Parts: sequence; structure tokens; C-alpha cells
Amino acid sequence: MVKPIKPNLSIKLGALDLKNPVMVASGTFGYAQEFKDFMDLKKLGALVTKTITVKPRQGNIAPRTCETPAGMLNSIGLENPGVERFLQEKLPFLRKLNIPVIVSIAAEEAAEEFVDLAQQLDQLPEVSAIELNISCPNLDKSRLISQDADNTLEVISAVRKVTTKCLIAKLSPNVTSIVDIALAAQNAGADALALINTLGGMSIDVHKRIPKLGSWVGGLSGPAIRPVAIKMVWEVYNKIKIPIIGMGGIIDLDSALEFFIAGSTAISVGTANFINPKTSLEIISGLEQYMTEHNIQNLNNITGRLKACKD
Amino acid sequence: MSIGQLQAKIISNQKLAGHYGHLEFDSALIAQQATPGQFINIRVSDAVEPLLRRPLSIHNVQGSKVKIIYKIIGQGTQMLSAKQPGEFLDIIGPLGNGFAYQNLVQSKKAKSVLIAGGMGVAPLVFLAEKLKSSQPLVLIGAKTKNEILCLQEFKRLNCKLALATEDGSLGFKGRVTDLLKTILEKTYPEVIFSCGPQAMLKAVASLALKNGIDTQLSLEEHMACGLGACLGCVVLTKNGYKTVCKDGPVFAGGELIW
Repeated sequence: MVKPIKPNLSIKLGALDLKNPVMVASGTFGYAQEFKDFMDLKKLGALVTKTITVKPRQGNIAPRTCETPAGMLNSIGLENPGVERFLQEKLPFLRKLNIPVIVSIAAEEAAEEFVDLAQQLDQLPEVSAIELNISCPNLDKSRLISQDADNTLEVISAVRKVTTKCLIAKLSPNVTSIVDIALAAQNAGADALALINTLGGMSIDVHKRIPKLGSWVGGLSGPAIRPVAIKMVWEVYNKIKIPIIGMGGIIDLDSALEFFIAGSTAISVGTANFINPKTSLEIISGLEQYMTEHNIQNLNNITGRLKACKD
Repeated sequence: MSIGQLQAKIISNQKLAGHYGHLEFDSALIAQQATPGQFINIRVSDAVEPLLRRPLSIHNVQGSKVKIIYKIIGQGTQMLSAKQPGEFLDIIGPLGNGFAYQNLVQSKKAKSVLIAGGMGVAPLVFLAEKLKSSQPLVLIGAKTKNEILCLQEFKRLNCKLALATEDGSLGFKGRVTDLLKTILEKTYPEVIFSCGPQAMLKAVASLALKNGIDTQLSLEEHMACGLGACLGCVVLTKNGYKTVCKDGPVFAGGELIW
């Protein structure tokens, strides 16, 4: 009998090495401390912080969430303590975890804020990568950076000049052509793409005839958006060379595998963290077992290996 | 204190009057740590509908037994009501900051008033038990007689009771806050603890403020994570937005901006 070979779950995002491809998505995991009581955070491939802005933001008016069929809407509005307090109060805990920390950043007014934040984070060895949140739907803006290929190119290029750290561009699904935006991000020097942020959505209380969210509209997440995300990952995978971090409604091993097969190098668990905080850890052990059982040694034997297209 | 995610065995799940239910489960971890005003977050289904957990107040604890009461409102609580003894529930808890009552525990004099509206009785039974040596005054309000819950439990704890129903079917006819107004004409509690609908809590807070009485109010809000991570369940306070799940659910009335 052949002894099964222990599968290799490690992956690369640009120059960043991850021991496994499972991360937790920005905005769904706070600054990790909230989850420390009941899970071993050190097992995560990486974690992405809640988005940080230059100044503190108090966020949008309540209610900020509502449940929808197989999903939820949110309009948190990037509430965060600002970069200064993040570095003082949140980063020390993250540093001790000894896992790659990816800091998500956003600009409130001017794109220069991305450069400012990236410059500050670039100095810090405990920050492994920077995720550019150019796709948050809950800012009072008519157009997001990632809804325009030229803007995407411009912002990412500017940040690329000030940091050598792994740069991840998180893209919005609320676009006519995700491929155009993905190409712009790649051309600007992004090391990886995070696909997808939430889909724009709205829900109404029919008895009161009022929107369920305080800010009327928000972003839809959860299993409801998974097919949309899978299609976008698949489309982008076929056109670009940089790795994709797939996300959108991942709740278990099967849904994670769907993203790998569609072309993801890594995956991120988001809304499921609210329902079963251990989802990411269960996916890591499930993936290891799956690869062992199927005699798959490396993840690149799954990523993008959709059979119908290979034959 | 540490928060646990656990599979807890259901001991009993009974229907109460109207659309209410009473469920007991076994969890030493939660029972030993829980304080009045804290809550648990229950996953009622393994499927993706309903997607989110359901936060419910801890109604009481006894040994390793934890009790909750719930009102059947939607799909989630409907599913909860169908659970059978012996089944397991995926529970996260105990969560949040409960009532600050420690300085009243040893008191032999009634220094506190507890005010519940409808389902708001849930955490106040647990609190009344901690305060029983001071025989607190408990006010319960509801629309009608059938929705006045937990009467026997408060009686067993030797609480003084005053009831109000909007239709006058039991006790004072009118709102529980109108009843409170008449009571505050003759008594001067140090603190009012309250849980119930937001409009009621707002009225309690403003009455107490006029009379110079401290309040501790247990708020309710839709939650996603229950852990202070998603920042979904916020309430506006004098110090900005605070999360109901982690900074609360109990807040000082004077801190809130209504």
C-alpha cells in the first residue's frame, strides 16, 4: 500500500507566503481579538483587518444590518478608530498571533489617503500585506474607485510607488466588466485581487414602508451572492496572471472548493464568521483531508482546474 | 470570563401562553459565568435560512441549566419552538455586559425598581433573583393579561409586584410607564433596571432623569455577529456609536442619545 503524502496547502500571493490558503475577510472579523476566546487564530492562513482610514470614522446610522434570503445586507459605513489608534490599540494583539496580517485601507475623500496610509504601513514588519478597499459600497459616493478602470489604475499605481509590500486590490462586483477593472489593477502592479466585495442591495419593511437599513441601501453578502462571485472569479482568472483571493458566500469546504476550481489561489471567509466563527478552521482541516483522499499534493492542482474547459 | 461556542443539549422546550416559549439547555460553562442582562446567540438551523443566529436574553440559570424565553415572531423562533428535548443547539455565550447590580446585592432595603415590557421580563427574573434580599419592586407591562409573563417566578422570589395592561385586563389600565409615574410620587429608588420595547425604555429614561434616578436599560437590536466584530448593532451614545452586543446590551439611560 502506498503511504498517502501529506498535502501541501501553502500558497504565494506575490512575495507573501501563506501556510494555507484560508483567510478571513475584512469587516467580518473585527481585529481578531473578538474571536480569540473560542478559536485558535494561529491556524489561519492570514487575516484581513476591518478597513482603516486616516481619521476615525463613526460609521452610518442604525439599523446597519438586515437579514435577507440566504444572506444579509450591511451598511456599517467603515466605522473604525483611524490609523493612529489602530496602530496603538489593535496591531499589538495581531502582532502576537504570528500569522500574516493584511491591513485593509480606504480613502474617505482623496485618493492620496491611500498613499499616506500605505506609507505608514510599509514601515511595519508586522504588516504582511495591504488590501486596498476601493470597493466599499457604504461611503456616500456616487462612484467607487473600482467602478472605473482609469481610477483603479491611477490609485493602485500611486500606492505601488510607496510600498514593496504585497498589494491586494479588493474589487466591486457592481460593474459592467469586472475583467476591465481586474486588468487595470494588474497593470498598476497589484500582487493579487480580492474578488468580490458586496453587491449593492436594498430591503424594505412592507408594513412600515421604510427601508430596513438606516442608510437605505447597503451591501449584500452571504451564500446568496456566491454564484455571482464564482462567475466573476472564473472570468477574471481566464484573463489575468496575478492570483485571486475568492470570496462571497463561502460557508464550508464545498463552497471553498468551488472558488478554488473557478480560479482562486486563496479564499476568504466572510459572513460565515458571524454564524460559525470556526468556519475558516473547518475549511482548512477539510481541505487537507480532501487533498489527502484525492491524492492532490498541491493546491495548484485545484485552482482553475475546471474540467469542462480543460478538455 | 471566556466566551464559548458549544453544542448544548436541550432539557425542555415548552409553550407558554400566547406565542411564547420557554427553553432550558444544559451548559455548565454558560450557567457558571452568566450574569443578569447577558445573552446567548443561538444557531437555530444548519441551513442557510435563516442565516444569522438569534440573540436571546438569559432568563435564569440553575446549576448547569440555562433558561431562555422567546416569542415566536418569525422563521427563526418558529424553528426554535419546534426543537425537542435531547436535541443539541449550537450556542455562543455568554455575551455582552449585563446589569451592574453588585452594590445592591447585600441590601436589605428596597432600593431598586425593575420594569419589564412584554418579553422584557426575560433578563429581569435573573436579576430579581440576585436582588431578592432587598425585595425589589417589579413592574410588568403588556398589551393584555395573556402577555404578562413570569408572574409566578417573581412571586416566588418575594418581589413586590405592580402590573399594567393597556386594555385593563389585569392591574393598572394603561402603560407601565404611567404606572411608574404614580409610583415615583411616593417612592425614591436609587436605580431603575428596565428591559422592553424601545419606546418604553425611552419613557423610563426620561421619567427617571426628571426624578434624578439612575437607570440601566437593556436594549435590543438586530445583530449579525454578537461579538462586537461586525459593528452592525450600534446605538448612539454621548460617546459615539456603541455596539449593543458587546458594549451593551445594558446601558446607563443617561448615556444614550434617543
